[in-house]
Amino acid sequence: MKRLLKLSAVAALATATLAMAGTLDDVKKAGVLKCGVNTGLPGFSEADSKGQWRGLDVDYCRALAAVVLGDASKVKYVPLNAKERFTALQSGEIDVLSRNTTDTETRDTSLGINFTGVMYYDGQGFMVPKALGVKSASELDGATVCIQAGTTTELNLADYFRSHHMKFKAITFDTNDQVTKAFEAGRCDVLTTDASGLYATRTKLKNPDKYVVLPEIISKEPLAPAVRQGDDQWFDIAKWTRNALLTAEEKGVTMANVDNAKAKSTDPEVRRLLSVEGKMCENVKLPKGCFYNAIKQVGNYGEIFERNVGAKTPLKIKRGLNALWTKGGIQYSPPFR
Amino acid sequence: MPAFLRNEKVRGILYQIITIVLFVAFLFYIAQNTAHNIEQRGIKTGFAFLHATAGFDITEAPIPFSPMDTHLKVFEVGLLNTLIVSFWGIVLSSLLGLLIGVWRLSPNWLINRIAAAYIETFRNIPVLLQILFWYNVVLATLPAARHSLNFFDTIFINNRGFFMPELVFGPGSWMIGAALFLAVVAIYFTHRWAKKRQEETGEQFPVFLTAFILLIGLPLLAYLVAGRPVTAVLPELHGFNFRGGKTYTPEFLALLFALSIYTATFIAEAIRSGIEAVPKGQKEAATSLGLSPMQQLRLVILPQAVRIAIPSIINQYLNLIKNSSLAAAIGYPELVTIFAGTSLNQTGQALEILLITMLTYLLISLIVSLILNWFNAKMKIKER
Repeated sequence: MKRLLKLSAVAALATATLAMAGTLDDVKKAGVLKCGVNTGLPGFSEADSKGQWRGLDVDYCRALAAVVLGDASKVKYVPLNAKERFTALQSGEIDVLSRNTTDTETRDTSLGINFTGVMYYDGQGFMVPKALGVKSASELDGATVCIQAGTTTELNLADYFRSHHMKFKAITFDTNDQVTKAFEAGRCDVLTTDASGLYATRTKLKNPDKYVVLPEIISKEPLAPAVRQGDDQWFDIAKWTRNALLTAEEKGVTMANVDNAKAKSTDPEVRRLLSVEGKMCENVKLPKGCFYNAIKQVGNYGEIFERNVGAKTPLKIKRGLNALWTKGGIQYSPPFR
Repeated sequence: MPAFLRNEKVRGILYQIITIVLFVAFLFYIAQNTAHNIEQRGIKTGFAFLHATAGFDITEAPIPFSPMDTHLKVFEVGLLNTLIVSFWGIVLSSLLGLLIGVWRLSPNWLINRIAAAYIETFRNIPVLLQILFWYNVVLATLPAARHSLNFFDTIFINNRGFFMPELVFGPGSWMIGAALFLAVVAIYFTHRWAKKRQEETGEQFPVFLTAFILLIGLPLLAYLVAGRPVTAVLPELHGFNFRGGKTYTPEFLALLFALSIYTATFIAEAIRSGIEAVPKGQKEAATSLGLSPMQQLRLVILPQAVRIAIPSIINQYLNLIKNSSLAAAIGYPELVTIFAGTSLNQTGQALEILLITMLTYLLISLIVSLILNWFNAKMKIKER
């Protein structure tokens, strides 16, 4: 609450010049990218035992820092809860919000922010204790549901139960950790959030095998990073950072072979992506080789996905919708041309 | 220097005018700047959102609420929940505070130490931690819904809350209310009559016992005469949860306990200092009149002690109301949790919502202190 007040006050008092000034210049001047991330969601954004931030959302921050500053480690992570995130972006406390945030019409049009491009296609699901014997979401009439405040899931939940003529009781908490604790203590029958979040949360439970994720997906949740509205240059950089990661995967350029590709590739698009040809980086006012830095230091989209949430991680999430368009998914980047 | 400026009084007024003008200009500048910035960034403004559909549900609503209702209704529900928990918090903390405050001065070593330990422990732990503590204690120690603690099939306790029978007032119930009112009036006149008689003849009348009998007896009589119009709806395990009856959720109870226990320590200290501030001669005079220790406390010491303690107790009441906003930590749906929390997030209009919320707390606090100041003025020793 105090922090929210402070952020709002900053948002209100910041001078007009701050709003319009180039975020790019600010980041370059500071030498560090301020990135708003989740306070703790395994696979997406979590500080490990050494205090290193890891996850898919975190890797986007690192890729962006590599593109802009040439160094993926120059990121200052600002952990935010769902309620604080938009105010933090509006007030300039962070340069980019990469915090499993669903792109919606209302948020895009009325919060003064712009979503750059989907990093993860998600949908809302339910998790219940196995002992409850529930097999489908349609059996949840009268259930108590634990949920995180200030999320799209809160609204989807009400919509879903209303349209299926079922009743529920919602208990809302500020952070994902509180939701998990209350669920584990048996305060509620059901935990609901984005499906990826369910798998992530399950790894945090003491006894993950005692819980099941129900088959129903009740909403579309395209999770995308966001930047402030009115700074087109910064928006372009954030957008094409994501596109570069996708294009690299599509072209088979990885962390390991990027140097080789830069030296030997004859594919014109790869040559443009890695600044061998064309002026892709200069177009967004960045030095040559900006996207090369991201791929060299962070890897392509597929590598980021597998490293954080893929089959070899505790989350074991399949690519599904997040596979490239060439492989049956819907992840797609406009061409580097 | 013009002649009028040499006048000290005129100069004084002039300085004050300049200060006010500068202050107003500063406020105006901030407001202008804010409006300008918000517009620049394409952030939606205005209060139209109050009439937009909320879209989310609130579990603990004292008035009927559905996701189809507006954010204005969310505000009302939040406000009511804040007032409910504050009201019961004030009642509980006052009773507990009075008890502990008196205990603190007890000549009995054990009672005295217990009170001291209680005060020193709970006064010195941040109330937010206490809220989280009570919440986790409630959740961790109580059984799941299907293994509830069962008291005669009427009261059930589990980690979803306390489930109690709810009274349903059928036709004819007004007679009970009327009987209750009649009892109160009768007690008032009995008390007056007894006091007068005691002053005149010195004979005492058992007012307390009479009051007790009247208060219980009259409504009971009315209940029987009216043909037992009041029935109890028992909570019943149905699917996932108990239905029917009255439910107190763990969120509400944890918040209420924590606020009451925390605030009671300050009230106890206020009472103690009030009692200690009563001149020793008063107690000695009461003793020499032959009053028992209980009578001394009730008739001589406390009325004077409370008078002294009232101003600081008012502060504690206001603190309790404001502290209830910490409920956001455990999800009790009061004003800050649902209006300055969920509504703020779904609409994104932080400035407007925070402004409304702050003004609401300000208004509640002002009203409460107005009432209590009036009470204070009435209770003060009248100097004639």
